[in-house]
Amino acid sequence: MTEADSAGRVVSDRILRVDAGVVALIQQHGRDAYPHECCGALIGTGNVVFSGCQLPNTTEEGPRSRFLVRPTDYRAAEGRATELGQELLGFYHSHPDHPARPSQYDLDHAWPVFAYVIIAIEQGEPGAMTSWRLRDDRSMFDEEQITIGTD
Amino acid sequence: MANRVLIPTPLRAYAGGQDVAQAAGNTVGELLEDLTAQYADLRKHLYSDDGQLRRFVNVYLNEDDIRYLQKEDTPVSDGDTISIVPSVAGGVTMVARDA
Repeated sequence: MTEADSAGRVVSDRILRVDAGVVALIQQHGRDAYPHECCGALIGTGNVVFSGCQLPNTTEEGPRSRFLVRPTDYRAAEGRATELGQELLGFYHSHPDHPARPSQYDLDHAWPVFAYVIIAIEQGEPGAMTSWRLRDDRSMFDEEQITIGTD
Repeated sequence: MANRVLIPTPLRAYAGGQDVAQAAGNTVGELLEDLTAQYADLRKHLYSDDGQLRRFVNVYLNEDDIRYLQKEDTPVSDGDTISIVPSVAGGVTMVARDA
């Protein structure tokens, strides 16, 4: 079992609906940031993501394999969601030249409730996109399906 | 004396669904103890197994990060607002490529 496999497993009874424009934004952000990781916020209501917000990757641990959304940007994203009358639903980040599966590092630093969308960027081009939720006991992530479109 | 504590989105489900809670204490640490006594499920998301605040949990007294004050010993006055603000972090595991 790989480390990524130990951090998450597939379940299929939850669906995250993501606006097609948000999917395109995430793909472009991942492409632009490559070979570094990109990150951003997901805003919407319930299980529907209506907008994405690109955020700076402020990690000091090496942006090819880490991302960090600093508290000021977190606050701005939560404030933006409130302005829109919506909710901060989660965050996305890219895995350059790695699978779109959560790492142990992702698990160790995850927050509950949020959707964690991961996009694989393979040699600079967007690949698979997946979404994960931390279990309440913090033991692992469960995968949820992504559906493109908000209808 | 009770102070307002602003709860971030991912922790509201563990704080009675509220975005603002009330907690009492003379210091930030005491106030967080009171908060987690009221809402026990918050504890595992705020503190690591060794009882330390998790690295990516940021606590502000009004607009100031308590790391730059007296950390959890920072005194709290009537009317102060405490904010719990996440940093969000992650990434692939290998770091050697960055060297």
